[in-house]
Amino acid sequence: MSILLIEQALNGVQYGVTLFLLAAGLTLIFGIMGVINLAHGSLYMIGAYAGMYAAAETGSFWLGLPVALAAAAVAGLAVEALVIRRLYNRDHLDQVLATFALILMANQAIILMFGRQPIFTRLPAGFDGSVQLLPGLAYPTYRLLIIAVGLAVAAGLWLLINRTRVGMLVRAGATNRDMVRALGVDIRLLYTVVFGLGALLAGLAGYMAGPIGAVQVGMGEQILLATFVVVVVGGVGSIRGAFVAALILGVVDTMLRAFLPTLLRQVMTPAEADQLGIGIASMGIYLLMALVLLIRPRGLFATA
Amino acid sequence: MKRFLAAASLLALAATGTLAEPVKIGMITTLSGPAGYLGEQVRDAFVLAIEQEGGKLGGVEVQLVVEDDGLKPPQGLQIAEKFVGDEGMKLLTGIIFSNVAGAVVPEVVAQGAIYVSPNAGPSNLAGEGCHPNYFVVSWQNDALHEASGTAARKLGYTRAVALAPNYQAGKDAIAGFAREFGGQVTEIYTQLDQTDFASEMAQIRAANPEVVFQFHPGGLGIAFLKQYQQAGLLGQIPMVLSEPSLDAVILNAVGAAAIGLKGTTHWAADFDNAASKAFVAAWQAKYGDKPLTTYAQQGWDTAQLIASALRKTGGVDDIDAFREALRAADFASTRGDFRFGPNQHPVQDWWLIEIVADANGKPQIVTREQLRDDVGDSYAAQCKM
Repeated sequence: MSILLIEQALNGVQYGVTLFLLAAGLTLIFGIMGVINLAHGSLYMIGAYAGMYAAAETGSFWLGLPVALAAAAVAGLAVEALVIRRLYNRDHLDQVLATFALILMANQAIILMFGRQPIFTRLPAGFDGSVQLLPGLAYPTYRLLIIAVGLAVAAGLWLLINRTRVGMLVRAGATNRDMVRALGVDIRLLYTVVFGLGALLAGLAGYMAGPIGAVQVGMGEQILLATFVVVVVGGVGSIRGAFVAALILGVVDTMLRAFLPTLLRQVMTPAEADQLGIGIASMGIYLLMALVLLIRPRGLFATA
Repeated sequence: MKRFLAAASLLALAATGTLAEPVKIGMITTLSGPAGYLGEQVRDAFVLAIEQEGGKLGGVEVQLVVEDDGLKPPQGLQIAEKFVGDEGMKLLTGIIFSNVAGAVVPEVVAQGAIYVSPNAGPSNLAGEGCHPNYFVVSWQNDALHEASGTAARKLGYTRAVALAPNYQAGKDAIAGFAREFGGQVTEIYTQLDQTDFASEMAQIRAANPEVVFQFHPGGLGIAFLKQYQQAGLLGQIPMVLSEPSLDAVILNAVGAAAIGLKGTTHWAADFDNAASKAFVAAWQAKYGDKPLTTYAQQGWDTAQLIASALRKTGGVDDIDAFREALRAADFASTRGDFRFGPNQHPVQDWWLIEIVADANGKPQIVTREQLRDDVGDSYAAQCKM
């Protein structure tokens, strides 16, 4: 039982760091620019498709990685310059409408280029097996790689935010946007940098997630909802909050899905137990969000 | 001149007797999403059958109208209402998924149209819910997996973990497997839109059964097998699978990891009968090395059944005569023995298959032995027509 618990906890952490890679960009964009970007999931999808395409052409998973990052970053910069920049001073409804339109366009563009069929990619050589972590616990190497990459990115972002001049501006921007502008900082350049960085991380998450499930149209929307919950729970604009919230939500979600049906099975038939268990598990992270907002209305690590 | 040409072509039409409207066949199927290739296979084989006859089935001109249900029951229902209500179609086919069939079929047959299923055969429509206008050419869902239960029992296993998505066909799958397996079965239900099975892998490892049975159609099956391998379970715990979890597309995606897996089927491309050989040759001539799955074979057999009935009746205007003609199942099935049971579901044979490496090291399906002979399904007795 404890082995199972550890394995499910690892699964939760792996889901959590994937959420973090997405949430990091989203929380900065939301916190600093005040823009709700629904199309963040499209950047995740674009990264996955571009990287998958390059990996298939070159035959190397690792050559696909820079292509995925570059494609997502370029797409992000283009979206910022062409659409988002016009929305900074509009209200949130306009932003939601415009970025929702971007989702539809991105999905159709991908369908035109790659078709509706999901694409299944292979794992990189050396990461296609599993390693023995404990006696009786073999864990897929690739999932460990995702956890390692997620933690490395978290550490890198912490250094960037807390130890560099850019990070200082980001922190200042998240706390008081108008004051930063009044002090003569080129806020437009800062916005572009932040948006590009967020897009790049979304592309990284998408490309890493590809070989586990499938690269398919709409893959971004599936995970985007959970990402927004992470941003809200963590506190808008806070990278640290996003990290903590992503891990908590990832583990809670996985644990509920893994163990709730088993518990319910003690008192009802397996099919009913799974139906109800999965149903409650799907609500789990939203209940958690409601609870957090009740106690701390601005999230766990609110910036202001 | 123009008028003369028009008159002449009208005369020519009248002489050959093709002035009659073609019989419209409505195909509601799943073409998008991870399971989109399932519908594509059914459609492609059906189109191939029509092409082989030069636009006809059983000597009667037909027009096939295909729409994608997107694996959404309400969408399937909407298409069915358009086909039957607005366009007055009397013959529908194509549905892949049992949840879509469950919504669409009762509606279609209630309006007096005939529905011939090339795939889904849910239990609730096979027993008390059976209907004279509803035919299933493929199999009843449970029967598909009962064969795997038989195989696992014959291979000497007594403790199994069975996994399937939590919808009608998934429940039918586990029920069917358990019925024939007879041993101890731990049931785990997944979701129909799930692509990450890490949590299930951990549960399988913890249960440590002698054999794993899983039913995950289309893209889900690809993800499941890949993750089973990634989790290091593939060499450890053997799997016995039903045909939807081992089709040619899944094998291509999974690659060499699939070699050695055992499964069960009602048809495989290496069947040694004239109808099957003709179908495989026609498929390869038109589609080249596009994977050929049982879904395509079911689409083909559905078209051949419809052709056999149209040959007798010449159309669907007399729906009673057409229904009788379908019931006779007077066609050469690619699977060999085929007839309809009392609930108009197939009575057929089941076979053990094994995945072996071909000359290039790629996985290939080889038929081993007959597991069950001339069996119908467990719900036929409950059907009162």
